[in-house]
Amino acid sequence: MDILLAIAIMALGAVVLGAALGFASVKFKVEGDPLVEKIEGILPQTQCGQCGFPGCKPYAEAIAKGEVDINLCPPGGMEGVQKLADLLGREVKELEAEEKPKQVAIIDENTCIGCTLCIQACPVDAIVGAAKQMHTIIAPLCTGCELCLPPCPVECIRMEAIGENLDNWKWKYPVIEIKTEMRKAAPMMKAA
Amino acid sequence: MLMNLFKFKGGVKPPTNKTQSNTLPIAQAPLPSRLIVPLHQSIGGTPRPVVKAGDHVLKGQLIGEADGWISAAVHAPTSGTVLEVAMHVQPHPSGLDAMCVVIEPDGKDEWIAHGTLDYAAMTPEAVREHLQQSGVVGLGGAAFPTHGKLTASKTVPMDELIINGAECEPFITCDDLLMRERAEEVVRGIGIFRDLLQPKKVLIGIEDNKPEAAAAMRAAVDALNEPFLVIQVPTLYPAGGAKQLIRVLTGKEVPAAKRSTDLGVQCFNVATAYTAWRAIAHGEPVVSRLVTVSGNVHAPRNYEVLIGTPMGELLKLAAPNPDTDGIVMGGPMMGFLVPNEQVPVIKATNCLIAHSDRVFPPKAPEMPCIRCGACAEVCPHELQPFEMYWFSRAKNFGKTQEYHIFDCIECGCCSFVCPSRIPLVQYFRFAKSEIWAREREKNAADGAKTRFEFKQLRDEREKAEKAEKLAKVAAAQAAKKAAEAAAAAAAETAAAETGAPGNDSAAPESKAVAEATTLPDATLTTVDAEKEAKRAAIAAAMARAKAQRDAMPAKNTEAVTIEQQRAIDDIEARRAVLAPAAVPGEKTE
Repeated sequence: MDILLAIAIMALGAVVLGAALGFASVKFKVEGDPLVEKIEGILPQTQCGQCGFPGCKPYAEAIAKGEVDINLCPPGGMEGVQKLADLLGREVKELEAEEKPKQVAIIDENTCIGCTLCIQACPVDAIVGAAKQMHTIIAPLCTGCELCLPPCPVECIRMEAIGENLDNWKWKYPVIEIKTEMRKAAPMMKAA
Repeated sequence: MLMNLFKFKGGVKPPTNKTQSNTLPIAQAPLPSRLIVPLHQSIGGTPRPVVKAGDHVLKGQLIGEADGWISAAVHAPTSGTVLEVAMHVQPHPSGLDAMCVVIEPDGKDEWIAHGTLDYAAMTPEAVREHLQQSGVVGLGGAAFPTHGKLTASKTVPMDELIINGAECEPFITCDDLLMRERAEEVVRGIGIFRDLLQPKKVLIGIEDNKPEAAAAMRAAVDALNEPFLVIQVPTLYPAGGAKQLIRVLTGKEVPAAKRSTDLGVQCFNVATAYTAWRAIAHGEPVVSRLVTVSGNVHAPRNYEVLIGTPMGELLKLAAPNPDTDGIVMGGPMMGFLVPNEQVPVIKATNCLIAHSDRVFPPKAPEMPCIRCGACAEVCPHELQPFEMYWFSRAKNFGKTQEYHIFDCIECGCCSFVCPSRIPLVQYFRFAKSEIWAREREKNAADGAKTRFEFKQLRDEREKAEKAEKLAKVAAAQAAKKAAEAAAAAAAETAAAETGAPGNDSAAPESKAVAEATTLPDATLTTVDAEKEAKRAAIAAAMARAKAQRDAMPAKNTEAVTIEQQRAIDDIEARRAVLAPAAVPGEKTE
């Protein structure tokens, strides 16, 4: 009798907990893959396709599935690889391609014939213009993906590295002075 | 005036070094050989240049117009010729260039027409607008456009207006001298701020190591019969920080991520009040300011200096000692070494200190942090610098933000007391700018992502629309074809009796359609007829299009002027040259 009671109690518990779990799985269902979103948050969203995928999201999905390496994104740089490695618990690998400084595309407006091919190629709509009208790049929106270079029939688009200016200048990591001679190299230290 | 004063936590008492420069009256600096006036001198938008090389400008003439509401105009500091509008090194720790207007003075120092404004008749909006057009910005160091601070909060009543004459940094005495010599104009300027903000009280805070300045200000307040309170606050660095002075005078603590206006308090520097009065009462824009020249020099003194004066030329007036090896802009606590002697004095320049190892002995090497907590004791913002230091050093920026690194005012108290001589502020600046850069990158990436997703969505929508359109056309054509085929079949049956004339030409087609050979004759001839009909229709359509094109000359070339015709010829000539390059473009189009 006791055994039957115990079985009944266990069975009841199983039914109640099973129902609760079943309800939770419906009620709190997560749409999409949260891991893909996390990976996509690390990728630089240049949409350049240098990884071999048509955009950052497909690459993120492929990484999440474990199909590809994490070192295929040159715009993300080694820092991006490091972050992906931390997130996924994979090993850090050297970048496949060379790391480039941040760039912006510039259209030579005298040569542009207004063919609209670059506008169609730009993944982030950073080029304005119309057929047979001069085109120009909206520099702050340009991700430097270089996708506009190959379609241009007159080769009037060039890439320029974004130099340091007062708006993007950063304080450097304080250098630890070992010799007094080095003090001249880091004169800002004295003032602070 | 006896008043219950409050205290802020922490603070340090570095040697004040003020007596060297505050004994002599203000001197007028002579005209420099040339003036380099940076366009971006205040927080906010960069003013647009309105002059070009070769222009003659008068003193006080607008050379850079404000870009947006939080931005202040820039004016020519003297009369002369604009040599260039070009990039020059800035008085900034980065040593980077920015756009400057370079003026060669003509020696006449000739003012542009200006005069007193009818202040009583001006609306508050007009006053704010005029202050913006006159380039009035906060002269305490931050250079925030003053008009932007002169709108009272709609929800919080304005309790106190604080006027900052504390001048807590060592060496600097320009506000001291300004209050001593020009107290009346400062008080009148405070009157303008009072009229715009309508506060319940106006408190002028001056550190108690400046008794002459306080006495002069009291006398001016009494003479003008204003209800302002001149209060002497204890000398303690950084009592001149806006949040610290507000705390000392009102007991209110401005919380993180909130502005003092949210608590009904607004704070202005005394020199800002002075320039506001000059702008309103004399129509003079900000073209000069008081600068303390001190440090390793023979004759430390305060000078009235034109904005844009190269710092080297100003320093020479005070006869620097031969071992001077650099110029510090600002005080020894928060200032920085400027990149070179050619950088100009700007609106935010309150002090130049000639640097030498004698005045500022080189710091001994940095040692490891021993967690003594001295930095936390002196931090006027009650932060924990040692914790922020660990995390900045480890580049763990999320943690630094948890320790409220953005509340740090970089006053330098922690570095000053650190027994291990760690340049703490350097680490905080590094962490802050790194966090800002990441934030910018993140925003850019998010923007790029949304635009990319939108583009994909648009492309798909366009594709779907196109497919729909094509399906419609195809359906219409199929219906038409069916009808034609029926008609042709009827005609064929009639023609079959006399022998099909089109059979020879249709032979290749019938070969291509392999199955067609097995089909009965009637079907074969139907296909031929259909093809013939289609070919004829295409030829007819092409002929129609050609005729239409020939019949319609370009309308806009009917009545061109000679000039337009010439321009057209020019373009045609250029096209002819470019023709080989343009061909692939036209093809792909």
